[in-house]
Amino acid sequence: MSETLTIGKALNLGLRRALEDDPKVVLMGEDIGRLGGVFRVTDGLQKDFGEQRVVDTPLGEAGILGTAVGLAMRGYRPVCEIQFDGFVFPAYNQIVTQVAKLHARSRGRLPMPIVIRIPFGGGIGAVEHHSESPEAYFAHTAGLKVVAVSTPADAYWGIQQAVASPDPVVFLEPKRRYWEKGAVDPDATPDPLFGSRVVRGGDDVTVLAYGPMVKTALQAAEAAAADGHSLEVIDLRTLSPLDLEPVFASVRRTGRCVVVHEAPVTLGLGAEIAARVTETCFHSLEAPVLRVGGYDTPYPPAKLEEEYLPDLDRVLDAVDRSLGF
Amino acid sequence: MPEVDVLSETTEMVDPVPGAGVPHLPDQPDLVQLLTPEGERVEHPDYALDVTAEELRALYRDLVLVRRWDAEATALQRQGELGLWASLLGQEAAQVGAGRALMPADMAFPTYREHGVAWTRGVDPLHVISMFRGVDQGGWDPVATGFNLYTVVIGAQTLHATGYAMGMQRDGADAATLAFLGDGATSQGEVNEAMIWAATFAAPVVFFCQNNQYAISAPIERQSRVPLYQRASGFGFPGVRVDGNDVLAVLAVTRAALAAAREGSGPTFIEAYTYRMGAHTTSDDPTRYRLASELEEWALRDPIARVKAHLSRSGLADAAFFDAVDAEGDELAVRIRTGTRELPEPAGTEIFDHVYAETTPELAQQRAEFVAYRASFEEA
Repeated sequence: MSETLTIGKALNLGLRRALEDDPKVVLMGEDIGRLGGVFRVTDGLQKDFGEQRVVDTPLGEAGILGTAVGLAMRGYRPVCEIQFDGFVFPAYNQIVTQVAKLHARSRGRLPMPIVIRIPFGGGIGAVEHHSESPEAYFAHTAGLKVVAVSTPADAYWGIQQAVASPDPVVFLEPKRRYWEKGAVDPDATPDPLFGSRVVRGGDDVTVLAYGPMVKTALQAAEAAAADGHSLEVIDLRTLSPLDLEPVFASVRRTGRCVVVHEAPVTLGLGAEIAARVTETCFHSLEAPVLRVGGYDTPYPPAKLEEEYLPDLDRVLDAVDRSLGF
Repeated sequence: MPEVDVLSETTEMVDPVPGAGVPHLPDQPDLVQLLTPEGERVEHPDYALDVTAEELRALYRDLVLVRRWDAEATALQRQGELGLWASLLGQEAAQVGAGRALMPADMAFPTYREHGVAWTRGVDPLHVISMFRGVDQGGWDPVATGFNLYTVVIGAQTLHATGYAMGMQRDGADAATLAFLGDGATSQGEVNEAMIWAATFAAPVVFFCQNNQYAISAPIERQSRVPLYQRASGFGFPGVRVDGNDVLAVLAVTRAALAAAREGSGPTFIEAYTYRMGAHTTSDDPTRYRLASELEEWALRDPIARVKAHLSRSGLADAAFFDAVDAEGDELAVRIRTGTRELPEPAGTEIFDHVYAETTPELAQQRAEFVAYRASFEEA
């Protein structure tokens, strides 16, 4: 029986189910208990599962991740909430030098089934360090898996799948889409966690996006259709590992590819995707793979973020440039 | 109080960082000691310890064999057989005493120098050496041995130990963790977070700091203006400073702290006051930052000599025993020497095998390419 939920509520219900399904699941983070998290994603969970399962931690990101490592060694499945993307860096050491590496170092003897939930991206008018897109740092690190959800259904299933994953998962939540609504069917069979998906079919240009930019890409496709251009939009969903087979198939048909993300363009995910699409689809390409992203600047003050963030016009501009080759 | 004049003299050494403007530590060693540098058994009001003659001899054997292992590994590095070695010379008592205080269900979280603790947990010296030879990242099983893998990034393991202890607490286990760290690590933010977490959750973890006086070249004065054990009070749990060259005192203090942790009293911070007689690692030149006279002073407090003196004086061991331990050391050295050279080279594909519990298509493809590339040479 399908119901309409926001992404935030879908995450809440997904976490609830994860807590019910496995007594070893422990939620950890700052203000996640009584307050329910600054975005209320964990609202009501401590009330129902207790302070041992939903732990209000001291204020220290390295502490959250470092103790999660020890709990994981002991057989627990910690789900760590980082309050905002820009605050993940104090924990970066633990994530990159420990969480990502201990499974390999121990030859599989020390599993690290840790989920690192990060509300990411801009567009909510916040002050500095509250609007970052740190995904490339994590996708560049062997041993981590990185997921970015864009719909309530993916949020609901994805968080449960991430918790159940035997590997550490950096789980990126598009904070400005927390209030977007969509259908969630708790009895459905979900798509696999690590895989991309064509969310709108089209013939002229393949547009790739993830997280908050999927909606923007779909808006661009809608607008392009009015101009007679047919865009195929693919939600990457998973940033490490990348699932590019559907992308290759699409680009072989359209001959054109535009990658959209909020993160700065230089050395961002788009660079990797452009390289791989070029390596694999070179003979099918009618135009170079183009990237639309943030500028190579610190994330700007809120009054300027609309200038910084890719919007449907910038996507359409890239589409026009691609078609112009 | 035990006689501690010798130790207090260490604070009078020449400032190795001229003009640093940092005052020396207050001159208040306040050490727990049960065996003086001269080998005299003394009592401490808070830390009674009953050890049989057999246990004393066993501790002596541990100390000698661990030192022998360390000497052999240092030599192997000089001969080009190891990429690096972090010597524990001078810290044998701190490590053996702490290690022997652990129960089988406990878990130790070492840095990269706790070869003596590894020894007490039954880890094969060759499994430790294999890491420094570059064969693997630590060849022992941390779950089976209760001895976690070495951690090179300073202080990171103190959080792991705290989290693991929180897990023990949740499981209702009659167990605790022992987190090793150095004096330099106490400056790390993560160590402070570990102590805050441990205190907040009353986690059954004992922080065992070997204050060996130097973080590579930086003296303790560069890390702290107060004795390290005093910091614990700021986190809300007991701190105690023990003579780190006194295996009996370390054993007694660590045993008491672990017992308190297991009983739910929360963490303790132990500062084992000791000295690194060798270099930080074999890459380092300690003559650049410390004086020979300092080394000579600490040599008078050698952790093995005092146990030997005690055993001899008390008639608890004879020459035949000491000779037998030395002979056992010779055998160990040969085993380490030949075993190191015979450590098998790892298979190249191993780098791909455990990156993830569920591998990725990208990695599977890279592995296949690697195998094919290797095979192309074999066919040629």
